[in-house]
Amino acid sequence: MSTIEDARAPGEGARRRPPEPLVPEGERRVSANVCQAAGCLSMQSDLVLGALRDRVEAAGLSDVAVRRVGCLGLCAAGPLVEVPELGRLFDHVQPDDGAALDSLVTTLSGGEPGGQAMAKEPFFSHQVKVVLERCGQVDPERVEDYLDAGGYEALTKTVTTMSPEEVIAEVVRSGLRGRGGAGYPTGLKWTTVAKATSHDGKFVVCNADEGDPGAFMDRSVLESCPQQVLEGMAIAGYAVGAQHGYVYVRAEYPLAVKRLNSAIRQAERSGFLGKQIAGTDFEFHVEVRIGAGAFVCGEETALLASIQGGRGTPRPRPPYPAASGLWGRPTLINNVETYANVPPVVMRGGEWYGSIGTGKSKGTKVFALAGAVVNTGLIEVPMGLSLRQIVFDIGGGLVGGKKFKAVQTGGPSGGCLPEELLDMPIDYESLAQAGSHMGSGGMIVMDESTCMVDVAKYFMDFCREESCGKCLPCRAGTVQMYGLLDKITRGRGTRHDLDTLQSLAEMVRTTSLCGLGQGAPNPVFSTLRYFRDEYLAHIDDHTCPAGACRLDGGER
Amino acid sequence: MVATPARTLSPPSDDKRWRQVEVRMRRLGHRPDGLIEVLHTVQELFGFLDDSALAFVSQSLSVPPSKVYGVATFYSHFMLKPQGEHTCVVCTGTACYINGAGALLAKLKERLGLEAGGTTADGKLSLLQARCLGACSMAPAVVVDGEVHGRVTPSSIAVLVEAL
Amino acid sequence: MSDEVRTLVIDGRDVAGASGQSILSVAEESGVFIPALCHLAGLSEVGSCRLCMVEVEGTARLVASCVTAVEEGMKVTTTSERLLAYRRRAIELLFMERNHVCSVCVADNHCELQELAKTLGVTHFELPPLHPACDVDATHERFVLDHNRCILCARCVRVCDEIEGAHTWDIRGRGTGARLISDLGKPWGESTTCTSCGKCVQVCPTGALYEKGRSVAEGKRHRPYVPFLVATNALGTGRQL
Repeated sequence: MSTIEDARAPGEGARRRPPEPLVPEGERRVSANVCQAAGCLSMQSDLVLGALRDRVEAAGLSDVAVRRVGCLGLCAAGPLVEVPELGRLFDHVQPDDGAALDSLVTTLSGGEPGGQAMAKEPFFSHQVKVVLERCGQVDPERVEDYLDAGGYEALTKTVTTMSPEEVIAEVVRSGLRGRGGAGYPTGLKWTTVAKATSHDGKFVVCNADEGDPGAFMDRSVLESCPQQVLEGMAIAGYAVGAQHGYVYVRAEYPLAVKRLNSAIRQAERSGFLGKQIAGTDFEFHVEVRIGAGAFVCGEETALLASIQGGRGTPRPRPPYPAASGLWGRPTLINNVETYANVPPVVMRGGEWYGSIGTGKSKGTKVFALAGAVVNTGLIEVPMGLSLRQIVFDIGGGLVGGKKFKAVQTGGPSGGCLPEELLDMPIDYESLAQAGSHMGSGGMIVMDESTCMVDVAKYFMDFCREESCGKCLPCRAGTVQMYGLLDKITRGRGTRHDLDTLQSLAEMVRTTSLCGLGQGAPNPVFSTLRYFRDEYLAHIDDHTCPAGACRLDGGER
Repeated sequence: MVATPARTLSPPSDDKRWRQVEVRMRRLGHRPDGLIEVLHTVQELFGFLDDSALAFVSQSLSVPPSKVYGVATFYSHFMLKPQGEHTCVVCTGTACYINGAGALLAKLKERLGLEAGGTTADGKLSLLQARCLGACSMAPAVVVDGEVHGRVTPSSIAVLVEAL
Repeated sequence: MSDEVRTLVIDGRDVAGASGQSILSVAEESGVFIPALCHLAGLSEVGSCRLCMVEVEGTARLVASCVTAVEEGMKVTTTSERLLAYRRRAIELLFMERNHVCSVCVADNHCELQELAKTLGVTHFELPPLHPACDVDATHERFVLDHNRCILCARCVRVCDEIEGAHTWDIRGRGTGARLISDLGKPWGESTTCTSCGKCVQVCPTGALYEKGRSVAEGKRHRPYVPFLVATNALGTGRQL
């Protein structure tokens, strides 16, 4: 291969064409919702859709729909098919599993219903769905489905009956806080941007650069109901006085990008994006910007730099984006889940929303449950539920009945919470007090076979590679902390190394420029706080209690 | 000598794909802030970015060459070397990590005789690792030619790679 | 920037600055020394070396004084046990990050990093050196770039972009793998944008950029060669090395 022209894009044409859903010509009596989000797709749910479609057609069931829907939540049991009219769920449906497909066709044709009754499953019955209300219920690639489910009613209500001040007042009343991690009051942010004066426009930006490893809430929402996010952005645009919006999505989410682009085109065609929205003078345009693989771009000033085509390095704040953001203009930045909360808040009122959750943490939170837990998947629960309820009731406990060790929340800047905190309510304040934070909502359950020093090392490795390299403490400090942790996991560390690690961690947290660097030492702090004995076992006894580390100790 | 912005600049060759790159640049108004979008387009069409492509983009968008290079090397998605005909991306996100992604990667490295980021000598396969693909519920996950495979084991990955 | 006056207290001294002026700049004008490496009067601020962080009464966090504007009634502390510990650690991180050997360095005794280490009383290092493999680029006819001594302060990047208007320099990669680059990452001597003005060499705080023909300890800077920097530093209190 000598020149660029000789090369071809890798993997070209390797992807198969997805089968189309089956829409009955007349009234539909019953439907089979086949999950087509990334989790189930990775287990060939597209082939399941095709196989089921063939069988339904062959059986001549003319009043049955075979639908393409987004995430049904229980990813662990994929591929999933739901028959919502009968409340039945079929799990582990394989495209070549004749018995399962037969049972589905029998159920759909009015015979003995197969699968499981969803109402009896704690995984579903303990959840409260606001953001995910339509996920798994609508076809993410058909705006008509979204409209049938009441979509864009909130935007229409907003632009035809409410003033921008009224919209903001409703958001303030809801008590909604930013779902990207920091938990800044959304209403307050909107107020600041609305008040900022600008002669040449403002911007609304949706942060969909979900970079925390172990987090897939935003991906699922964009793959399952992208219209709800766009609707939230348009309402925000109306409220703060912006006509242009950007969604910044990670390149690692090709399906989300595809569905988002198609959703934008369809919303424009239906008159909910573009000019004269719902017949009024309000206009709002949305463009997608694709990230290129840099975790730091989830930080708002780095994200803005990236949208403007530059290296995604954060800059000192102030000025905050609300005053000076994209191209120096006032810019509202919220994440996917925050925007997806907006239509329900507008439709049902801030008071209703505020009635869910706890004192300072209102509403619901979407979590991505992963790791050593039985029911991995996407869940939405009211704020204030305990970790125990999430891990053991909804999550179904640990795989293979192993012993619970910790749950990691908040990604690389979060922390590991031990067993004694299982009864802690999940809200912004409790998590911060426990030395972790909400983060975007990734929750990784760890069992006794996971070494906590190794976990701290894993996250430090992540941070040193994802550090943008601009500010010194993060650039060089994370590398040095990684070195110390590596030394300890090899059984070569000393007590003095532990002290050095702690003082270095303190310095990096206090002096780094942005949240990535300031948060990078958190996994070290939280594991030192709750699992110090594991560090000492590596140092003093040259053993890894979890049996995960390969110790080559000896010479010290 | 300072590079002058030249909108009439001709592409590195008469390969038709450059026309698509030019169309993309025109749609973005040849604005410097469209840099990342244009780099995405070049990489989608050619599979990677080389010096001639970077120089062409630099001059067409009036962005200093060092800035173009700085951006292209900042983001891990951009490739400055040709990739294999097929790609195999191993996710090393937290859930995948604690579910054995390390063993998967080790198996592939050994089998292919490659480090992550490398390409086999025959140009057939590139081995990459990703920070999190968001397929955590299916951990460990591997993406082969854009298709996600969940709950992969060292033996099933061998079968997948062998089939290429 | 309006010309309204802001009065504040720095280390117990009453001082005054203009609204919008940074704490660091007011401190410099008032003869209060705050260590800094990425800051250079006359260039835009990036706030990346974090050495200039100070305590502000009523704020739990430390603030970078180069990018924090003075406010009426502010009470600033520029030196404390904690700040000193952080600054020493920062210097240590810099020394350990690349291959700094003062005794064979052209900038020995004319080096801002070395000077700061002395001023802050850095006597020993706890952390291990990272010993990265670094190139020396001597392809330019008059100047040399030695990555072993680069601290990524980006003064050269800024002076080339903001003053010379050439934007020959930028940074490639990220994290600790970040490197200073010219044009498309090619040798400096092949650069088509470099005007050979030498401003980057004059602003370099260490021996990373130097003139050819200099031997150990001869790398004295000639800041008057970059007159704009002196001109904007009205009181001439910037540290000239």
